[in-house]
Amino acid sequence: MMKNLNRTILTSLLFMLSMTPAFAQDGMEEYFYESGKIKVVVVVAFVVMVGLIIYALSLGRRLKKLEEKKS
Amino acid sequence: MNLWLKIICIACLIYTAVFSFWHPMAPGGLEVSAKSFHPGRNEFSFTGYGSHFLQEKQSMQVFVTVDSSAVYCADILSVTDEAHAIVSVFLPDTLSSNQFGFLANNNIDGTLLVEAPVGSEGFTFIEGTKNDSCHYEVKQEEHMGFGYPFQPIIIESIRNLMWHVPMWFTMFALMIISFIFSLRTLSNKSGTPDLNFDRKAAASAGTGLVFCILGLITGSIWARFTWGAWWTNDPQLNGAMVVFMVYVAYFILRNSTPDHDKRSRISAIFNIFAFALMVVLLMVMPRFAEGLHPGKSGNPAFSKYDLDSSLRTVFYPAVLGFVLLGYWFYKINEKIRILEDQQEENHHDEKS
Repeated sequence: MMKNLNRTILTSLLFMLSMTPAFAQDGMEEYFYESGKIKVVVVVAFVVMVGLIIYALSLGRRLKKLEEKKS
Repeated sequence: MNLWLKIICIACLIYTAVFSFWHPMAPGGLEVSAKSFHPGRNEFSFTGYGSHFLQEKQSMQVFVTVDSSAVYCADILSVTDEAHAIVSVFLPDTLSSNQFGFLANNNIDGTLLVEAPVGSEGFTFIEGTKNDSCHYEVKQEEHMGFGYPFQPIIIESIRNLMWHVPMWFTMFALMIISFIFSLRTLSNKSGTPDLNFDRKAAASAGTGLVFCILGLITGSIWARFTWGAWWTNDPQLNGAMVVFMVYVAYFILRNSTPDHDKRSRISAIFNIFAFALMVVLLMVMPRFAEGLHPGKSGNPAFSKYDLDSSLRTVFYPAVLGFVLLGYWFYKINEKIRILEDQQEENHHDEKS
């Protein structure tokens, strides 16, 4: 389960990285500047949520390691 | 952690997530299409944001101010939609200076202001030139309920205040907890460092570091679309980066010292210095250096005037929610550390 999850996170990260050249520089600015830069807020809120979820998952992984060692 | 604190934390975070996006923006002036003015008729379009030009076509007025002393009335040629009005202004040969400003009045939006650099050619400048044929008055926005203030370049991204700034408040709160427990580690009466307090200090600093990383990333994204670069030479930014690296060094130091007593003593001392450095770099230094962050220069006693009351109604619950969330994470982190230390001890006992 955990391994699958890690793989999903990794693939989605790689996917996002591969997307970046698609709106390099000018395209990216146009994309984020429209409708009063509201998309910047969406991205920032998304980053905060994803960051906290990743931290929670890493705490869960530490607990799982403890459980495995015990048995 | 108390159940009520958890409920308050979740309620505050849901409130933040909803209302940081829900509340509307107050209308504002976005830009004017004019590049350069010459004596005679000049045609340009005035663009507003969240404005009601079409709805209030009857009461629309546009003015060009010169040097904030003389005002020239512009004729409305056409209003294409709620945000665009095409106007034309007649400028005489003699002006006070080439500092142009633009105002749009209507009954709903009040006075919208645009300050854009517009060139000029063919004028003679005589200081103090006035224009008596045009008068304007500053209008208040019709009361439309609740709205975030309009800021020229920031516009909607003012909502980031509810996401980016609480990260730093949370980090600060956690580092204060860490600092206090580092002091208590060293001030144990029996002379040996208290490993219980050391564990609390490490857990709290670890969670604080996560919020520091999130603050750096969100700040970098916001800077890219406001100041134009992922990283700028703002004293606050560089200070935050140094603080981040110092706390990373704290954990490297901890992990490289296997002996528990020694580790707790060295890392507690390091942490006390790290905290002092953080206060200096994030709270003191930005007040003495020129920076891009608002509300940082000058006397902190006056900075309460910087934050609009509509922003406060979401900002304070956001800070409370994230600080409680940070405390919650710290408590979980501490419990995991207790278990890890216990297991390590058991492991040692089995070996010996």
